[in-house]
Amino acid sequence: MNPYIAVIHRDLLLALRRKNEAMTSVIFFVVVAALFPLGISPEMSTLRLIAPGVLWIGALLASMLSLGRLFAGDHQDGTLEQMVLSSASLPGLVGAKILAHWLMSGLPLVLMAPILALQFDLNAQDIEVLTTSLLLGTPLLSLIGAVGAALTLGVRGADVLLSLLVLPLYVPALVFGAGAVQAQAAGLGASAHLSLLAAMLLVAVVFGPWACAAALRIALE
Amino acid sequence: MLSVTDLSCTRGDRHLYAGVAFQLSAGACLHLQGDNGVGKTSLLRQVSGLSSISNGLIAWNGQSIVNNESFRSQCIYLGHHLAMKDDLSAMENLQMDVAISGQMVHSDQVVTALQRLGLKGREHLPVRVLSQGQKRRASLARLLIRQATLWILDEPVVALDVAAQAVVGRLLTAHLDDGGMVLFTSHQPLPIDSASIATYRLQ
Repeated sequence: MNPYIAVIHRDLLLALRRKNEAMTSVIFFVVVAALFPLGISPEMSTLRLIAPGVLWIGALLASMLSLGRLFAGDHQDGTLEQMVLSSASLPGLVGAKILAHWLMSGLPLVLMAPILALQFDLNAQDIEVLTTSLLLGTPLLSLIGAVGAALTLGVRGADVLLSLLVLPLYVPALVFGAGAVQAQAAGLGASAHLSLLAAMLLVAVVFGPWACAAALRIALE
Repeated sequence: MLSVTDLSCTRGDRHLYAGVAFQLSAGACLHLQGDNGVGKTSLLRQVSGLSSISNGLIAWNGQSIVNNESFRSQCIYLGHHLAMKDDLSAMENLQMDVAISGQMVHSDQVVTALQRLGLKGREHLPVRVLSQGQKRRASLARLLIRQATLWILDEPVVALDVAAQAVVGRLLTAHLDDGGMVLFTSHQPLPIDSASIATYRLQ
């Protein structure tokens, strides 16, 4: 088995063995999205207006929930040491871990979003744009979050520090992600926003794993 | 051949050790000794490449071990952490471990290795139900599976019973006879049946 595939295989297998942990972020996403109409107003026009922002912020917070566990388990039981010592490239192994993390915590949000969007009375085109923006945006969130998780690894109170560190970095993804749906609803077309999101994702794919690997090496010193 | 020259380690303001130098050639075994807190684990982590080297040189076949891929593929480090996932079985843990280290293994080899360490019939149990000693045995099984020349072992026989200690001793002896190298720390004497075992005392 190729080392990168082995990392993905192991992380997915672990997620299957601990289903409750894997389900947390999706259930959180559904609950948050369901609370907003109750708290603000069940008026259709209001719901349509707030939908992109609510769903994006929900997805953003939900993907943050599992970030703390991304490297913590491997750090505690020594698996991370073995990954650093592997003859395979560490950025590659870390990239595989991030991909596995996205498959478990990001992809379910993308799949859930169209169903939740119906609750906010979005039309078919808007739902399509929303799902596309999340499909480009959630991997970006995983990549940025992973860098934060690696930097705060082994620090006391890491969870709080992680949110303080990562949330400001999520702002561009939120602005262009939610903006894409708003632009589509306003009839302006979403391609500019989606292109920018895709560009940010490409930059993160190149630099994220590399930055994570550097931070993990420091954490293991 | 592994050669360590003038190696030192500083943790914050504390100087742990300085001027450490030793060599390890094929078939040689070095027992690193020293009191608690003297820096044995730090030294092993430096030699394995986990910690950075600020002063001194560690060379593998004449080349520095920093960013040295051929060293990493020939060295195996077993530290205090067992690198076993509680929710996976010993079998799965070892298969993934070998794959992540960049090598190939057949599942029969893993079964044989686990049986040699006395874990017959427990290959498919989740590691979380194994005892501390059994977990350590499963973790040591990777020595048999991975093809490495240099074994760096930090307290390999902690939590092991006398029979398992003897098995580890036989493993090390066989590895040394094959021309392998072993660098280890242990507060208990290891039953190694070899004349080429040297000791190095950290002050």
